[in-house]
Amino acid sequence: MGVGEVAVLGVGMHPWGKWGQNFVEYGVVAARSALADAGLDWTDIPFVSGADTMRNGYPGYVSAATFAQALGWQGAQVSSAYAACASGATAIDVARNRILAGLCDVALVVGADTTPKGFFGPQGGDRPDDPDWLRFRLLGATNPTYFAFYARRRMEVFGATDADFAKVKVKNARHGLSNPNARYRKEVTEEEVLASPMVADPLRLLEICATSDGAAAMVLSSMEFARRRGAGDPVRVAAVSTVTPRFPNTIIEMPNFATDSAAAVGPPELTFRDSIAAEAYEQAGIGPDDLDVAEVYDLSSALELDWYENIGLCKPGEAEKLLHDGDTTIGGRIPVNPSGGLSCFGEAVPAQALAQVCELVWQLRGQASGRQVEGARVGLTANQGLFGHGSSVIVKK
Amino acid sequence: MRVPAVEGWFSLDESDPRLLGNKCTSCGTVFFPKASIACRNPSCAGTEFEGVQLSNRGRVWSYTTNHYAPPAPYVSSDPFEPYSVAAVELADEKLVVLGQIDGDSADLRVGAEVELVLSTLFTDDEGDHVVWKWKVVR
Repeated sequence: MGVGEVAVLGVGMHPWGKWGQNFVEYGVVAARSALADAGLDWTDIPFVSGADTMRNGYPGYVSAATFAQALGWQGAQVSSAYAACASGATAIDVARNRILAGLCDVALVVGADTTPKGFFGPQGGDRPDDPDWLRFRLLGATNPTYFAFYARRRMEVFGATDADFAKVKVKNARHGLSNPNARYRKEVTEEEVLASPMVADPLRLLEICATSDGAAAMVLSSMEFARRRGAGDPVRVAAVSTVTPRFPNTIIEMPNFATDSAAAVGPPELTFRDSIAAEAYEQAGIGPDDLDVAEVYDLSSALELDWYENIGLCKPGEAEKLLHDGDTTIGGRIPVNPSGGLSCFGEAVPAQALAQVCELVWQLRGQASGRQVEGARVGLTANQGLFGHGSSVIVKK
Repeated sequence: MRVPAVEGWFSLDESDPRLLGNKCTSCGTVFFPKASIACRNPSCAGTEFEGVQLSNRGRVWSYTTNHYAPPAPYVSSDPFEPYSVAAVELADEKLVVLGQIDGDSADLRVGAEVELVLSTLFTDDEGDHVVWKWKVVR
């Protein structure tokens, strides 16, 4: 056991989809599923860590209390966190830290969302002080606008092609085929991807992640608690990175209008996305060569290629080769997004970083039926939330 | 009547429109939109700024054309017309700033030179709401 590790006793999800129900319902299903997986009762849980949703009114801003109330008040202490797409990792971090501090021996982590149809928009009202409101107002800069900047840049700098991006989608669609929690379970061909409508040039409809309803939950505990429960060799959380960028952040990011200026101070050694996994590797005392499997945030097919480089699977410009060689396909050297990724799930913001970890837990337990990465013992998630939220979790067996 | 779509972000001078940023008087870091609270260079404790006009020419770092109408508060044309957005690198300021592309985007390429123009974003009862855009230099 490494220093500062916590055990994952249980994981659970509510399947992703467009179900049109209240997000609390999904959260309760995921929480009960994780509790059952852990062999614990809800009344055994002294601490609930919630990942908030901004799209479902007040109950979404106090998610931990909302889920605790829905499961039945039993006096548990709560913490609700928001970090955009990284909210799940932040919620895991809060629970982990509380367990490591000895303040509780077991904790429930839950994130759930109900999403609107189509593009994510900003919060309502007339709010010219909010950059997230202004980028829609002044530029029509949707989320795919930013994804497209990175994709176009990749084409320009590394010679990536439409076909490369389409191949990522084809791979992930195949990975997710038999995942019972995935929303889209249908094989697609490269031709179908390239024939789908253009959304934000060069990205097409089948290359941009949808917005979904869904929920994920985990039960974390101290290693001592896990031993007492007879969980001899549980999957452990070895690192949680929630880093922010370093000044000057020279990559344009949502929801910003401009990058920081590098005129007075030069750019940092690592880009923000590079620094997210670097912190996780440092905490866990391992490197990219130690990974067996990864779940990265494929908001677009092209962005998955960037992540290969950001988490150190290959050097800048080599991601396309990694893809073409089949290294990131199940059965390859380092499978990426065996769950099917956002490509098959769509994005349920506060649940997504948790869902990435749930998938790795199933992979490390050998329970990822139909998509198993054989012999996986170390996995990493990587994700990035709007407004400078990094998220990376390393799990080990 | 012409009204700026956002107050204080650009000059309304038709002949030489500029984005209006500011500069920390301690470390010289430039900000757009303007920094107002404190200098965001973590090694600088500066809280005073002087206004600067950003370069009116830059080169395209990346770009896209949006083929679907975005959600409110964007005011889409009716019928909706695809529009392009570019991330433009300003050499002196060493930063990248966004803007819609004004007019024809056929010549839009990474590395293309663009210049700042003022253009109508949408029109309502108050008049023409004006915003900055980038125009490809031919």
